[in-house]
Amino acid sequence: MNRMKENYIAFQTILIKEVTRFIRIWSQTIVPPAITMTLYFVIFGGLIGKRVGQMGGFDYMQYIAPGLIMMSVITSSYANVVSSFFSSKFQRSIEELLVSPTPSAIVLLGFTLGGVVRGLLVGLMVTVVALFFTHLTIHHVLIMLSVVFLSAFLFSLAGLINGIFAKKFDDVNIIPVFVLTPLTYLGGVFYSISLLPSFWEHASRLNPILYMVSGFRYGMLGVSDINVVHAILVLLLFIVLLFGWAMWLLEKGVGIRT
Amino acid sequence: MKALEINQLAKTYHNGVTALKGISFDVEAGDFFALLGPNGAGKTTTIGIITSLVNKSGGSVKVFGHDIDSELSAAKAEIGLVPQEFNFGVFEKIIHIVVNQAGYYGIPRKLAYQRAEIYLKKLGLWEKRDQAARNLSGGMKRRLMIARALVHKPRLLILDEPTAGVDIELRRSMWDFLKEINERGTTVILTTHYLEEAENLCRNIAIIDHGEIVENTRMRTLLDKLTMETFVLYLEEAMMEPPQLDGFTCRLADEYTLEVDIIKGQRVNDLFQQLSKLDIKATSMRNKANRLEELFIKMVYGKNNEEQQVSS
Repeated sequence: MNRMKENYIAFQTILIKEVTRFIRIWSQTIVPPAITMTLYFVIFGGLIGKRVGQMGGFDYMQYIAPGLIMMSVITSSYANVVSSFFSSKFQRSIEELLVSPTPSAIVLLGFTLGGVVRGLLVGLMVTVVALFFTHLTIHHVLIMLSVVFLSAFLFSLAGLINGIFAKKFDDVNIIPVFVLTPLTYLGGVFYSISLLPSFWEHASRLNPILYMVSGFRYGMLGVSDINVVHAILVLLLFIVLLFGWAMWLLEKGVGIRT
Repeated sequence: MKALEINQLAKTYHNGVTALKGISFDVEAGDFFALLGPNGAGKTTTIGIITSLVNKSGGSVKVFGHDIDSELSAAKAEIGLVPQEFNFGVFEKIIHIVVNQAGYYGIPRKLAYQRAEIYLKKLGLWEKRDQAARNLSGGMKRRLMIARALVHKPRLLILDEPTAGVDIELRRSMWDFLKEINERGTTVILTTHYLEEAENLCRNIAIIDHGEIVENTRMRTLLDKLTMETFVLYLEEAMMEPPQLDGFTCRLADEYTLEVDIIKGQRVNDLFQQLSKLDIKATSMRNKANRLEELFIKMVYGKNNEEQQVSS
């Protein structure tokens, strides 16, 4: 059997294991984001949104729907990989992989694509929830799918790096609570950055999540705070950087080998 | 052919602790090899380096000729590891743990299920295959790790204290299983604290202490170094004083138990002749301690005591 085929089987195995894991605990992984997003739609869209009126030429509910979908994709992808990788370290089951001939790149791809699958599944569920509250359109399907996939992949990579460095359960929550959530809320999910004062509008452009939300919103509604090409380039740049970093960490055995 | 070649292997951890001070030893293909040493001697570090769980500080390791520095994947493919501590996902199903492990070695899923069935049946876990691993008893968890280590058919099986905390019956059945695996051609390296286990199973031995190899030889050669053995005889009738035996030193442990020291070269037949003359009847006899255990204590703890005396 050639090496390529063996690596493919190893990748497939990690992916199956990851998907089986989050489906086994669906009440913790799939349902909560759908409930949270339902509340967002009810409160921000239904109750407050009626008073806000239109934004970017769309009903407020319609305007925030892409951002909320993207928010659920990002948090789910990240959470999946960081918790799965850290619990593998904690239970030492990561050693099953470390002693095998599976290359680091395959380990990386297996874990991150597991996160991508969960992110997309949750995103799909939130989209279905959104359809109960508002009318959704698809302006450019390819851009929409590219942005959501790349975003899920990027945050899965970030989750993996967090998982590599995490030494205790508290470390798994620090980045999501203190970095991810503020960036997401300030990333144009609930508003257009054109409403902000000039300084904050420019400061917002340093937030990578703005590019993802705007790119996805463009794919659905055709409006965006950011040039879509820039959004995709920023996503690709961050993916290359985090992929390289994660590969280096795995190869060196940081956090997993002594 | 050599299954394992270790040359000048060294390891110093980040905290400055030197676990291995340039150890060297070889294991022939097909051997049943014991790696013994007290706690903290460097056994698990050595195994960790061989299986790439620990980064080495120096030296080289070759597994069936594959250097772990230049042909790591090929070297890893040859090894099956049964670690000292449980290291599987406790919420995973038993069958999935074994099948997934096969997948990491590139074995197609259908074949992996077939092999998992064979090994889980052999190790008495097939009926439990759909249970989560956390529901297994300690002994079953050990057997699960053996099944997992064998599923990709490694040529070198490394077991780090596989029978720790396992009851006697299960330990014996594990011995039989390991002997069978070895007879079929798998090289086995075993670390254990049960020296009786090493003496029964292994043909060659290395003793490691404070990160250095203090002995590396055939088990038979090592046991021949034992200059004196103490036998315990259980007497039919009570005795108040130990008998006077020509050439043998003896003492009473209690009125029905006689301990006799037999020096290398002396015959047990001579002892029995003298006992018969004195009309002393023994109902049974055993070695006071395991032979390897006596040597081990002498080599490891004897040396340490000398060092302590010198330093004080």
